[in-house]
Order: sequence, then structure tokens, then C-alpha cells
Amino acid sequence: MGKRSVIPFGPQHPVLPEPIHSDRVIEDETVVEAVPSVGFIHRGLEGLVEKRDFNQMTYVAERTCGICSFQHGMGYCEAVEHVFGVEIPRRAKFLRTIWAELGRMHSHLLWLGLLADGFGYENLFYQCWRVREKVLDLQEMTSGGRLIFSVNTIGGVIKDITPEQFAVISDTLNDVEKELYAVLDTFIKDYSVQSRLKGVGILTKEQVHDLGCAGPVARASGVPMDMRRLGYAAYPELDFDPITYEDGDSYSRCLVRIDEVFQSIELIRQAMGKIPDEKELATPVKGNPDGEYFMRVEQPRGEAVYYVKGNGKPNLQRMRIRTPTFANLMGLCEMLKNTKLADVGLLILTIDPCISCTER
Amino acid sequence: MANVKRSPWLLHYDGSSCNGCDIEVLAALTPVYDAERFGVMNTGDPMQADIFLITGGVNTQNAEVVKQLYDQMPRPKVVVAVGVCACTGGVFKDCYNILGGADTVIPVDIYVPGCAARPQAIIDGVVQAVELFQKRSDEHDELVRKGGA
Repeated sequence: MGKRSVIPFGPQHPVLPEPIHSDRVIEDETVVEAVPSVGFIHRGLEGLVEKRDFNQMTYVAERTCGICSFQHGMGYCEAVEHVFGVEIPRRAKFLRTIWAELGRMHSHLLWLGLLADGFGYENLFYQCWRVREKVLDLQEMTSGGRLIFSVNTIGGVIKDITPEQFAVISDTLNDVEKELYAVLDTFIKDYSVQSRLKGVGILTKEQVHDLGCAGPVARASGVPMDMRRLGYAAYPELDFDPITYEDGDSYSRCLVRIDEVFQSIELIRQAMGKIPDEKELATPVKGNPDGEYFMRVEQPRGEAVYYVKGNGKPNLQRMRIRTPTFANLMGLCEMLKNTKLADVGLLILTIDPCISCTER
Repeated sequence: MANVKRSPWLLHYDGSSCNGCDIEVLAALTPVYDAERFGVMNTGDPMQADIFLITGGVNTQNAEVVKQLYDQMPRPKVVVAVGVCACTGGVFKDCYNILGGADTVIPVDIYVPGCAARPQAIIDGVVQAVELFQKRSDEHDELVRKGGA
């Protein structure tokens, strides 16, 4: 047995733009334990419900995380809409679905780029981000914002997508799909990529169950868990199956996300085909929320939970968010045991950590 | 230090932002916006950095980290606050754990507005920072020649 030593990782570290700190206990080159410590990015966002009313909180909820910002806003709005008991217009449901899937595409492409950067493939990183910019252009064209676009409101959405814009979306998705086949092939076939990812950081199906992991991490270990099938927004009307792989290693987690990018393209196409032609985009909501609701949505990183509780006043009594990264952190600590020190940065990336959602 | 203007190195730290500005900082370095054409390079080591990009407000836990990173950077140095949270605290200003913008703990030279700040705005901020940096390093050289530092 070698001598044990502790190496601190973060909070400022080149592999991740976000501050996360963990103490890694190592023996020679092998990690025996990883102890995360949190709080570098804690703002106290949930506490803002005391100062902002339930409409203003939509904008705060969207700023929980800049990457999946639309889905955070959507989760919050759906929860409050359930408290009010309003049904939103069908067109608004489809618009939400389209924006949510665009968000998933750009989030996964961002992650694939960061992963490539993590194992030192700079060129691949730039290629993924180049394609991602096209998705961001679509978001900007339809909503006016590249990343944070406040189109959600309680009762529906505030912006519409015109038929001309649908045509542009359709053309761009065809281009993006073609380019992605060329770029993402490298992840799937390249020998050096496989040697970094295959068989590293294995999580078994049982471990995923025990630790309560979520999203692509769970699906890569063969757990077909996808909150979109619970039927919010327009997902009940679309045809899709969760993508699962059996191996549970870094390579499977990468493949799950690659397939999900193509699945999102497919879902947007389905939604564009089925979207009803209506004028109304939002159902007016009267009064203040009274009651509570527990909403689950599938974000790019996995299941996110929104709990809201109102007591008939403009300010909600409580809002609680549980984010997918929080669910996956326990899985990460398990994954890091008995791996090489050099793999730690890459393994932290494979759960697609979003620290700013987690610490809020 | 005559021509530092040609390749300043950036250090990026995420204070307590929502990630929006962070990924825009990264997007500014990728081919579409390509900040590297100005010779700018992203580094992870504060000791080799010339320009400090900080996103997000400062909270009770990371105040020390921000100060430490700033102190580790060699003089002369320039600080750019990216995004409205780093400028004033932004939408999170009233949160119980937010002390305020980046200028509550370190001196900030350039403020880049936006939520999230657009890559064009970030590049503009960095280009201004480069000019300021050149000016400061000239002054620094002058001081060294006189034997003052």
C-alpha cells in the first residue's frame, strides 16, 4: 500500500469553467476517495420568492442556469400553472417543446465539445462549438436571445414562431444533421478517443438505482428513465423512446448524448409537423397561486424537480428546485474510486456537471 | 514587455454566475467569434495571466478565492467584469448570499454589460482591456527604468 496524500481540485481549474472543489485522496496514482465541498456559487435564489412575486420569479427561475435556462423557466411555469389549474394553448405547448429541444441540442453539443477539450482533442472541441453556434442562431432568431430568452410566462409563451422561421429552422436542422454526422463520427470511431473513454468510470445498473442517478448517466447504465414520457408540454403527442446503453462507462455516456442530439432533431421535426395553427399563445391567469405542486421535467442533464407552494398571496411561500447534477454527484464520487488521477478531470465532465444549478 | 499588446493571456473565473456568461466567454474563443485572432489566449494559471475575466457576483464563500486569484496575478494586470451580475449583482442582487458585483472585493477596470453578455460585447471588453494593459505595462517599464519598482 502506497502512502496516502490529498490533492485539492478547484475551485478554479482549467478543465471546468465552473467552480467545484473536491479533495482527492490518492495512493500513488490511484484515487481512493473524492470528497466534494460546495458553496462557491451559492446565491440563495430560492430565497428570492420572499422579495419577488410569482410572475417575476419566472425570470429568476430562468437564471438558475444559463445552459438549460429555457427548461428551468418551463419547469417553474408548468408547476405554477398546475397550481392555478389552467390549461395552456396547444400551440404554446408545441412552441415550448421546440425551444426545449433546441436547448437540449446546444447543451449536448457544448458538453461534447468540453469532453473533447477534456481529453485534449482541441480540434474536435472547436468543431462541436462551431455547429452549436448554428443552434444558438436559431434560438436568437426565434426568441431574441442567444442563451437566456425569457419567452415563458405563466399560462403559455409570449413569442410566436412564424412560418418563415419554421422554414429556416428546418433548413438549418438539415445542415446541422449533415455536419454532425461528420463531426460526431470521430467520437464513435476514433481509436484514441475510445482508449480514453472505454471502460473508464463504470457505474452499474444497481449502483445507479441505489445512488439515484438521473438523466444520461442513468440511461448509459441501462435505466430507461426519461421524464419527458410523463407527458408535459407536447411530448405526449410525439413519438420517441429513451436512448439507453448497457455498459455504464464514459464511452456509453458519450454515445447516449450523441444519439440524443439526433433524437432532438427528430423531435423538433415532429413538433413542427404537428403544430396547430392558433392565434392564442397564453391563457390569462387571474389572482394569486393557492396550493402546491410538484413538477418533474427532463433537462439535458436529467430529471429536475420544481416544488412550488402558494398561500393566496402574490409571493410564493416556498419554491424548491432539485437539479440533476445533485442527483449525479453521488454517482460521481462512486465513479472516481480506484481510477487514475489523470482521469479525474474527464470523469467529472462525463456527468455533465452544472454547478450553478446545483448550488443555486 | 514592449509588445505585450500582441498576446495577452486571459484568466477566467466564474464567481457565482448562472453559467450564461461563462459559456459566452468560451464561445468568444471558438472559431465563429475567434478572440484568438487578437492574440488572446485562455490560461488556467493565474501566475501567467494578464487579464482577469470575472463572471457572476461575489458571495461569502468565493470572495476569498477571487481575492487570492487577483493577488497571484503578476503586475500589471487588468480586471474585466463580464455580465450584469459581475457589474452590480444583477438579478441576484437581493439574494442573501450575494455581496455584490466583483468590485466589492477587487478593483474592476472594465464593465461589460448584458445578461448574458454577448460574445461581441466580451471581445470588445477584452480589446479595451488589452489597450489598458499596454498602457499600464509601459508605465511599469518606465518605473523600472527609473529604479522605482
